[in-house]
Amino acid sequence: MTADTLDLETAVEGMECVYERPETLTDMRFHYCPGCGHSTAHHVLMEVVDELGIQENTIGVAPVGCSVFAYQYMNIDIQEAAHGRAAAVATAVKRVLPDKYVFSYQGDGDLAAIGTAETIHAANRGENFLVVFINNAIYGMTGGQMAPTTLLGMKTSTSPAGRTVETEGFPLKIADIVAMLPGTYYVTRQSVHSPTAVRQLKKVLTKSFQYQKEKKGLCFVEVVSSCPSGWKMTPLQANKWMVENMFPLYPPGDLKAPK
Amino acid sequence: MAIKGMVKFDIEMCKGCELCIDACPQKSLQLSPLINAQGYHYVVLIQDNCTGCTNCALVCPDAVITVYRENRKKEKVSVARISGVTENITVTIDDKSAVGPEAGA
Amino acid sequence: MTNLLLGRKPARNSTLSGKGPAVSEVRLMKGNEALAEAAIRAGCQAYFGYPITPQSEILEYLTEVARERGMIVLQAESEIASINMVYGAAGAGARVMTSSSSPGISLMQEGLSYIACAELPCLVVNVNRGGPGLGTIQPSQGDYFQSVKGGGHGDYRLIVLAPSSVQEMADFVYDAFDLADTYRNPVLILADGALGQMMEKVEFRAYNPADHTPPKPWATTGKPKHRERNVITSLHIEPEKMEQINLRLQEKYRRIQEKEIRYETVYADDADYLVVAYGLVARIAHRAVELAREEGLKVGLLRPITLFPYPAPQLRKLAQRIKGILVAEMNAGQMVEDVRLSVECRVPVEFYGRMGGVIPAPEEILTALKQKVVGHVAQQAEAL
Repeated sequence: MTADTLDLETAVEGMECVYERPETLTDMRFHYCPGCGHSTAHHVLMEVVDELGIQENTIGVAPVGCSVFAYQYMNIDIQEAAHGRAAAVATAVKRVLPDKYVFSYQGDGDLAAIGTAETIHAANRGENFLVVFINNAIYGMTGGQMAPTTLLGMKTSTSPAGRTVETEGFPLKIADIVAMLPGTYYVTRQSVHSPTAVRQLKKVLTKSFQYQKEKKGLCFVEVVSSCPSGWKMTPLQANKWMVENMFPLYPPGDLKAPK
Repeated sequence: MAIKGMVKFDIEMCKGCELCIDACPQKSLQLSPLINAQGYHYVVLIQDNCTGCTNCALVCPDAVITVYRENRKKEKVSVARISGVTENITVTIDDKSAVGPEAGA
Repeated sequence: MTNLLLGRKPARNSTLSGKGPAVSEVRLMKGNEALAEAAIRAGCQAYFGYPITPQSEILEYLTEVARERGMIVLQAESEIASINMVYGAAGAGARVMTSSSSPGISLMQEGLSYIACAELPCLVVNVNRGGPGLGTIQPSQGDYFQSVKGGGHGDYRLIVLAPSSVQEMADFVYDAFDLADTYRNPVLILADGALGQMMEKVEFRAYNPADHTPPKPWATTGKPKHRERNVITSLHIEPEKMEQINLRLQEKYRRIQEKEIRYETVYADDADYLVVAYGLVARIAHRAVELAREEGLKVGLLRPITLFPYPAPQLRKLAQRIKGILVAEMNAGQMVEDVRLSVECRVPVEFYGRMGGVIPAPEEILTALKQKVVGHVAQQAEAL
């Protein structure tokens, strides 16, 4: 019997719903490509907001990049920042509304290229908001250009022969830099490619909102992610490639955890 | 006897990315030969052995999956709370219960 | 009751140290500091800024005096960060401002375009210094185009107020915040380095911010169950939608042009010739006009106070009964274009300017008026 031949009511007799799409996501279909890490990250982040019951007290700051339309999917009050400036916008929102939960959501260009100064300084000031950083080592929205986090040898539209140290420099491990700053309280690297990874990310995000409530400082959650379209692979191939190639340079785990 | 579960897919929102197929420990998911209005082959359940483990739903980028599971213990299902954060947080199971098909992937 | 107070710190028994609506109070202050003090009294809730000469006193005054009165004051890492913090705070419903000088204002242009499109209220102060480039720290009016014609990308306008005294540096702050809230638009106070640094008597009006705080149901304060989520954005990717947004902005600017023009005329009723100048140069031109009158020349002065909306209708009307106009500015000729547009070529319009931070003397303006305008008009009359 398959789900589309069996009447659902009969099929679930005696069962209860243990998982459904959270209310904190709008009904709009994500424009993201099939298998995109952004989709999963949105889904997980909003699920945590829903479970913690903080939808009414959460304000998000969206970036420029593939997730520029994050505000269409997240059913919370949200501001669209200029490219790279989400950390500055979030700083102000949190300082003006210190009792609300504030997060910024950024990609690798937004946070680690054009937004590097704002990222470092918000972290350095220990601004009390959550940074969600999606690292897929490529600029998806603008058509697949190199990102600061692109791996050496990786081919993109602006490194067609593969990234080299001589021309493009090294991949930027921004989470490691941010972890060195005393203003950051919790810096961790996660992913969303497997159920275990998703469960782990949920724990991490839940902890981060708790730390925000306790006014501990900036929490920085990097989500190493795939970009199937930019990498020119299927979603499953992309996840496999990510584990084999991105994880050695960007290993999941806590870079800085409270004792 | 294994706990029984069921999944429901919002087939119009599915993009056929196959991540749930890979995540299902029962190997019970497959892309349909049919396509939805967006042109994607959507996911369907092909065996009657779903345990409601929620692996597929957790990993689904587009949040199209609803999961049902029988509750043999007749206890109220609780969710994570903002205080008293512990290590054993999942979306579905109270942290006191040890049972659960969460050993997936 | 008024107290004459010197310097920055309030006297022990002054009303400044109390909370609640301020009573009117007179002080001798530097322009930048008067502006900062007015911001506090106007109920400004947040200031984000970066040091740059000649306006760092605004940031310093607020850091020293305003924090203890509950204002959020943060020295940001750059002007870019500052303007984006203004965006965030304004979007969250706060009465917020920033200040900078020419090169820093250039950095803020993208942010201003975003703020204008998202229709967020805020105050930005430009203490204009000599440019282009790193320039000089002396005063200039070289940012007129940038302030009035756009500066940032796209079809938007700032409401621009041009003070010409320390008193106006204070007064315009209240007006700017109120205009910003009324129209949900950024407002720019275009001052210059001399106005920022000079010391004059200033009286702070009685103003209760609580009476000037409109509800902001559009702000991102956390979505309660009963309303849809608030989204602050300037992204509208469908062209039809973006056109509607633009039409709405243009309609707003039309309303502003109808209702908010401010200007001042001096000796204009019987004038044969007119000098048009704003800000610091208007004060100097005022003296030049008096000198002209002493010589028997019937000259008047029109001082635009709002540079956007520009007093074009008033200028056009005046142009019907005068013979020539001299526009005096501290730049290479920027506002003169708006004067020419306003009078629609009915009257000769000439220009006199100094650049690089040099301040003209009244005698220079008078000489220019006589040579370029009066002399020119006489020549034309002879030729006929």
